[in-house]
Amino acid sequence: MAKLPEEEHPEKAFGWAARDSNGVLSPFKFSRRSSGPKDVNIKILYCGVCHSDLHFVKNEWGMSIYPIVPGHEIVGIVTEVGSMVQKFRVGNAVGVGCMVGGCDECEDCKRGWESYCPKTILTYSNIYHDGTVTYGGYSDRIVVEEHYVVRFPDGLPKDAGAPLLCAGITVYSPMRYYGLAEPGTHLGVVGLGGLGHLAVKFAKAFGAKVTVISTSPSKEKEAIEHLGADAFLVSRNAEQMKAAARTMDGILDTVSAKHYLLPLMELLKSHGKLVLVGAPEEPLELPAFPLLVGRKLVGGSATGGMQETQEMLDFAAKHNITADIEIIPMNYINTAMERLAKADVKYRFVIDVANTLSA
Amino acid sequence: MGSVTEENGVKASPETQHPRKAFGWAARDNSGVLSPFSFSRRNNGDDDVTIKILYCGICHSDLHSIKNDWTNTIYPIVPGHEIVGTVTEVGSNVRKFKVGDKVGVGCLVNSCRSCDGCKQGFENYCPRMILTYNSIDADGTMTYGGYSDMVVVDEHFIVRIPATMPLDKGAPLLCAGITVYSPLKYFGLNEQGKHIGVVGLGGLGHVAVKFAKAFGVKVTVISSSPRKEKEAIERLGADAFMVSSNPEQMQAAMGTMDGIINTVSAVHSLMPLLFLLKTRGKMIMVGAPDKPLELPVFSLIMGGKIVAGSCIGGMQDTQEMLDFAAKHNVTADIELIGMDYVNKAMERLAKADVRYRFVIDIANTLTAA
Repeated sequence: MAKLPEEEHPEKAFGWAARDSNGVLSPFKFSRRSSGPKDVNIKILYCGVCHSDLHFVKNEWGMSIYPIVPGHEIVGIVTEVGSMVQKFRVGNAVGVGCMVGGCDECEDCKRGWESYCPKTILTYSNIYHDGTVTYGGYSDRIVVEEHYVVRFPDGLPKDAGAPLLCAGITVYSPMRYYGLAEPGTHLGVVGLGGLGHLAVKFAKAFGAKVTVISTSPSKEKEAIEHLGADAFLVSRNAEQMKAAARTMDGILDTVSAKHYLLPLMELLKSHGKLVLVGAPEEPLELPAFPLLVGRKLVGGSATGGMQETQEMLDFAAKHNITADIEIIPMNYINTAMERLAKADVKYRFVIDVANTLSA
Repeated sequence: MGSVTEENGVKASPETQHPRKAFGWAARDNSGVLSPFSFSRRNNGDDDVTIKILYCGICHSDLHSIKNDWTNTIYPIVPGHEIVGTVTEVGSNVRKFKVGDKVGVGCLVNSCRSCDGCKQGFENYCPRMILTYNSIDADGTMTYGGYSDMVVVDEHFIVRIPATMPLDKGAPLLCAGITVYSPLKYFGLNEQGKHIGVVGLGGLGHVAVKFAKAFGVKVTVISSSPRKEKEAIERLGADAFMVSSNPEQMQAAMGTMDGIINTVSAVHSLMPLLFLLKTRGKMIMVGAPDKPLELPVFSLIMGGKIVAGSCIGGMQDTQEMLDFAAKHNVTADIELIGMDYVNKAMERLAKADVRYRFVIDIANTLTAA
């Protein structure tokens, strides 16, 4: 008979979990493993609410293992380190993102592409090496293997920096990989939400020219005055879109609803790149001609590797890049999820775990 | 809009719009049936080269164009952009060619020559490029292609046929050859030790296998027809062959390919092909389905994979491709036909009943009415 979550591991833990696909979260007692030689034990201070958390609690991707404790934008303080841990000491500020394990020996892992390893272990709702289910950051503590922990830079606020652990790396990694992070590049950013607003900030820090493409005219002021975008296009405005045809080196598409790619492809110069980081559940239409006539490409990108996550955080600290957040107490989480489903947040909820999560 | 142009207020016909008589075969409407057609070519300008056409390959694009599949055909249309011939005249500025040279003309006869694309050798991505047929030239007249006796082309858009290359089997390289060579090179799939898939074994596919093998790359052919396996492996030199509808074969090959050259021009499913790619693998579309394909976004994201397009190649690349082909004995597998077989050839092409390119023996079989 399977052990109860409370009894699987020796150390008591507490968090909030969804028990089934209606996605409602509530207090949940469980347990964490003891720190092994390579492990880091972390007291969680803040955890960002990522849209993936919402997809998972509602089992929208069909891979949820209940009960789910979501949360993969974790910032905390080290409380214990295993005997072989070299990079961290007790008291360090650290971050944990979307992965807590992998195979460490395949080509992808060796190249620092851990997020593409076929054996990658997600921070929550996945099976760990010991056969138990992983539980995420909507909880008081977490134990993670050193390789999957990053140092949280001193200059970054821990609350507004938490979303960088997923949203930040998700936009930073493809900008670097696809060569869209060069000064003078003209980058389009589609969708102004958790991912999109950070994409604008990173791109500006890289010295790129940024055009935000959105369905909502109301976001223009925000995009230009607050986030620093250079221009704003309403995707439904055919004239604006036409005037911008063939002007962009790349487009980062953060939209996770079904939408048309052709108008975006037409914004690209020849050899332009459309990079998808939002994940619609249904396939999108891909017209072949615009790809061929212009040698354009459509690429995907999924979070990022551990070394690049550290690099991203250090870059963010240097350039003062943090997320725009709404701090919430743990018991607001269900309302937050409802609002997130309607994109009613500017632009990330962050749970004040340390101060509001109580057993 | 028709094919006639205004000259001194009088509408000029294809026969009279230029000073030199020319003869070819054209389709007059979207039935696509080709028949003899008298027209005219411009005089040889200072930068021009006049070519007596010896051979012209039949590209699937010719078939799409004569039937107006892409809804942009202007009739009458003289197709043909895999042209090989002999130089009969050169303009005063021409440096690279002399009378008697064996030369080729592909899909382009002009471009703006000043945009970034043109300057970087990407004339094929110039927004103002002019195609060898069914395009409006700088002087407002229609371009007519290689199913004809002669053509006049700017020196920049002509390539030299290497001395050791057979002219008939080399003709398809002018379009099919460069269409697969260019992306193999641009996307880094020409590096020894890489593993690529080639989807579809037709005019493009068979040449892709040959080029990839010449590059030292491992090649797996992916086809819907099991009967092509012997051919693919024994004759074309592919290392492996998979039937796309065989789930076991496809599953066994998951995550094994650095790239895929996808030559299929019908609508088909991309997901099983994307699964064949390694992390960060690249699928290059060179076939052009006329309806959108379904892009499973998850498959791209989980793997950081790429779907890209590629369209022919620039002039410098085309010359490089021909020289490489000559050095490695890469030519197309062809069926040489007479001009009056062309309608039958088009019917057979529509059913993919050719190994793997028809080439028209223009010099010996195209006769003025």
